[in-house]
Amino acid sequence: MTGDDTRHLPLEDLHQAAGARFGAFAGWSMPLTYPPGVMKEHLHTREHAGLFDISHMKLFEVSGPEATALLNRACPLDAGALEISQSKYTFFLNEAAGIIDDLIVTRLGDDRFMVVANAGNAVEDEKHLRALATAFDVGVEPLDRVFLAIQGPDAWAALARAGIETGSLLFMHGVEPRQNWFMSRSGYTGEDGFEIGLPEKDARDLVAKLLGDERVQWIGLAARDSLRLEAGLCLHGQDLTPETDPASAGLMWAIPKEVRASGHFIGADALRSIIERGPSQKRVGLKPDGRQPVRAGAALIDADGHPAGHVASGGFGPSAGHPVAMGYVNTALAKAGTKLFADVRGTKIPVDVTPLPFTPHRYRKG
Amino acid sequence: MAKTYFTEDHEWLRVDGGVATVGITDYAQEQLGDLVFVELPEIGRKLAKGDTAVVVESVKAASDVYAPVDGEITEANASLSADPSLVNSAATGDGWLWKMRLANESQLDSLMDEAAYKAHIG
Repeated sequence: MTGDDTRHLPLEDLHQAAGARFGAFAGWSMPLTYPPGVMKEHLHTREHAGLFDISHMKLFEVSGPEATALLNRACPLDAGALEISQSKYTFFLNEAAGIIDDLIVTRLGDDRFMVVANAGNAVEDEKHLRALATAFDVGVEPLDRVFLAIQGPDAWAALARAGIETGSLLFMHGVEPRQNWFMSRSGYTGEDGFEIGLPEKDARDLVAKLLGDERVQWIGLAARDSLRLEAGLCLHGQDLTPETDPASAGLMWAIPKEVRASGHFIGADALRSIIERGPSQKRVGLKPDGRQPVRAGAALIDADGHPAGHVASGGFGPSAGHPVAMGYVNTALAKAGTKLFADVRGTKIPVDVTPLPFTPHRYRKG
Repeated sequence: MAKTYFTEDHEWLRVDGGVATVGITDYAQEQLGDLVFVELPEIGRKLAKGDTAVVVESVKAASDVYAPVDGEITEANASLSADPSLVNSAATGDGWLWKMRLANESQLDSLMDEAAYKAHIG
């Protein structure tokens, strides 16, 4: 946990001062909770505004005459069809259409894009992208930034009070409001909110202003996980893996029809054949009966006792008020209302296949 | 007169008349965070020291609580079914987990008293 290889957030001193409890995640020492605790932090985010330090995530700037061509090859994406400032949720796929990482790509200019990648995959992602980039006239630059998320219904007002106007920015759009800043209206909680990459000095100023607002408080990784799970959002490494394809994951909405049909992205042929024969398993929401959580890795069985799939993410949903989970089940069992059982330490907990999300999304789309 | 013992696994035992009331320490509940479920043991179950007696579940993870000594479960704290957060708010009081009749009282000798436990958690 405290090995020499552990990476530390640039703002670690601020988290220590705030009383954070730290834990290891994806090679980083991350604030898991602050003194209010995961339950209160979670509810505060849904009611007001939560501030998250997500500097473990990586921003890459992709620029050059063939930036669009590189992204169309690396991702099941029509990068050229994005308007300037438009963001798109997408993936790096392998040749088998397995998900190497899930990403958000934002078009910053005619031949300039921002790619936001997961912490756990940042090194692999960079290697992958650089290897592909050798065939194109394009540069891939990892950016040295503090990355903050501010999420919740008061996020926009707290930013406004801190001097950052967000009025015209809509969900899944991103801009560069100041030099070396990147700000998108997006997040990982299901709430309206923003993610802001910026230099450390600017970040310290912004954090001080935001925390001076009683609506804003630090939120740790534990609540980040319960918030995203209630919102039905995938965590790469659990809900998505290099063995999972976008069709099984129920994420085909992220791939435009024309791209599915005729895109030349890596994994295109494999994905087309998966779609043609239909995925054998599908990602679903799972609502356990009663109060006992079912956790990642628990086996699912059907009413006849046959293997049905597995739980990929599970925990307690503080806003839902009950345990929440997601998992993969055989396609025939993926219909909402299907009754299954999760094996938790030998006890069979009844779970219902249920539509996602568990708490409605409240994005600002227009 | 009841005497309180502590284990390295952050449990406490209050022993009175051959019966121990067992819970987790305040330090342990802080580490676990908000509890959302406690899987209680069956009455009459016989436990050897080190057996999993109870599973406490926080928002994020499930953690085993071990039997600190040999014995038989005589009672489980039923109020935790409705309100597992009692373990957070009153770890050494209303948030107790179970009671057990001791099979071998001499095992208590290897446990810590409060001063030793405080030194243990630093």
